[in-house]
Amino acid sequence: MTRHSISPRKLLPLISFSVLLIATFALQERAMSYLGLNLLFNLTIPIALATIGQLLIMVNDIDLSVGAFVSLVACIVSTLLVQHPWLGWLALAGLVLAYAALGALIHRFELPAIVVTLGMSFIWGGLALVIMPAPGGTSPEWLRALMTVKPPLAPMAVVAALLIAAAAHLLIMRSGIGTVLRGLGGNSRSVARAGWRLSGLYALTYGLAGVFGVLAGLTLVGLYTSSGASVASSYTLLSIAGVILGGGEFIGGRVSPIGAVLGALTLSLAGSLLAFMHISPDWQIGAQGAVLILVLAARLLFTRREALI
Amino acid sequence: MLAAWQAQTAPAVKTGVVAAADAFTIGENQPTDQAAQIQNLILQGYDAIVIDAASTTALNGAVQEACDAGVVVVSFDGIVTAPCAWKIVNDFHEWGREQVDYMAKRFPDGANLLEVRGLPGTFVDDDLHQGIVDELKHYPKLHIVSSVEGDWAQDVTQQAVAGVLPSLPHIDGVLNQGGEAYGVAQAFRASQREMPVIIFSNAQDELAWWAEQHRKNGYQSIAISNAPGIAMVAFWVAQRILAGEDVPKHLTVPLYHIRQDELSEVLAHTPKGSVADQIFTRADVERLIQQARDTQAASTQPNTAPATDQAKNPSAAQEIQP
Repeated sequence: MTRHSISPRKLLPLISFSVLLIATFALQERAMSYLGLNLLFNLTIPIALATIGQLLIMVNDIDLSVGAFVSLVACIVSTLLVQHPWLGWLALAGLVLAYAALGALIHRFELPAIVVTLGMSFIWGGLALVIMPAPGGTSPEWLRALMTVKPPLAPMAVVAALLIAAAAHLLIMRSGIGTVLRGLGGNSRSVARAGWRLSGLYALTYGLAGVFGVLAGLTLVGLYTSSGASVASSYTLLSIAGVILGGGEFIGGRVSPIGAVLGALTLSLAGSLLAFMHISPDWQIGAQGAVLILVLAARLLFTRREALI
Repeated sequence: MLAAWQAQTAPAVKTGVVAAADAFTIGENQPTDQAAQIQNLILQGYDAIVIDAASTTALNGAVQEACDAGVVVVSFDGIVTAPCAWKIVNDFHEWGREQVDYMAKRFPDGANLLEVRGLPGTFVDDDLHQGIVDELKHYPKLHIVSSVEGDWAQDVTQQAVAGVLPSLPHIDGVLNQGGEAYGVAQAFRASQREMPVIIFSNAQDELAWWAEQHRKNGYQSIAISNAPGIAMVAFWVAQRILAGEDVPKHLTVPLYHIRQDELSEVLAHTPKGSVADQIFTRADVERLIQQARDTQAASTQPNTAPATDQAKNPSAAQEIQP
């Protein structure tokens, strides 16, 4: 864990991302432009944010409600936030608090997060349906403007991905509280012995995950300009896959925010690459799974070698 | 719909009217997948994208990206609301009205009707239902005694109809949204009630059942549907736009009718498990465009400028005229 020697295992997300990116550029040189990069990656921004949310929970657990939660946020953003901004923000804040309370509950009663979040996914999904029985809604003007902004030098998608990676890295890997949060996954007892209130920490972790979920929902509406009760249903699996692709593990607080953002980008890149190769979308989900297995296999090889050294 | 697309675009590609007409599908009916697909198609440099949208609104972001990149977007069947896209639809309101008209003709002395609705919340379901409601106002003797949701699926319909049948009076006719008729018939047969007049669609299994009933006991009805041939209208519209023609943004495609006397012939040409289709040739589509232009001219005031949002297509590079 020293800062100077970077193990090949940690470089793996970057390597797999680069390989796919080079293959994409080789197949479709149009992608290698300001507009091309934006088209390639802009729809991944909400997934990347959801992936960071998932990563926070995944220091020692897993969150199965990400997709439903982001969908609910998107429904609120595209209806309530447009019509009554104050009420909308209040509802979003309420959702973050609910997430935090969930974390505290999970710790207080020693519930398995996988079951609680699975149950919550039905509650979020039901609320989303109540708010929005049929797909529709519009994006708030400022949000649409934000997601279609054309910054100089690099396109919005790239700038946003860099910002998310940097912010998440600073928060989780560099800040004092981030270290404690990762400690929860490593050895929560020693964190407790050091004088931290565990239920508070759990609430903080889940609350932060909720914040990232809300950000994911906001950016989603800004990009798609509308929403529906199941608009982000694929995000649960995508976010878990993104964390794993990025070098994270379910336990021990071993996570990598930069890797997770790269993981999310890699997954969507795999989809585009297959489309450019004229491979039927019926195979795409399978192919994304294959990428996941390949990267995991490569990681296993590196870990073995590290252990031998 | 893919079969219709491939059968008819292949000759167009061969004769060089268009350079290529590749078809893409999505695994699940998710607008998010479709949006990503549109963005990939822009990157691949297609001049036009013809799309049956999974959502009327959730693709607008991606469609706008396409328009900004100079790509012509033609949505059909499932249309998008983005103003820059062309919209080609069936008149679902008319579909609802025609069903009621047929029932009024069959039952001039009044009838009890059962309405099978489609997928709740879709504009198709809303429009069709509204058409039925509007037309019923002209026929006070026709009554809708119950309404169930069939989600456009045979099995869901069968269950839903079977569920309400015991509580219903005698049913003379069943209105539906295409694709539910066989499920309705199954439910009625199981309940041993007299078979009502069911409006059919273009599905082969429905037509075959109808023909069999006709042979056995002279059963009569009509089939109304939105045939997959609408994809071909969209194809030719895209081709005309790329060729520089000024095409109105909204086009309505007529519904496909199969009447009793046409049934056996249509059925003979429809493969098992498939649907009967209406062929739209380039000439048909040019006629549709002309009609739309005429109605547009009739409805707009002479002093207002003709539709200014009509984007002139700058990149007809791949276009080769025959």
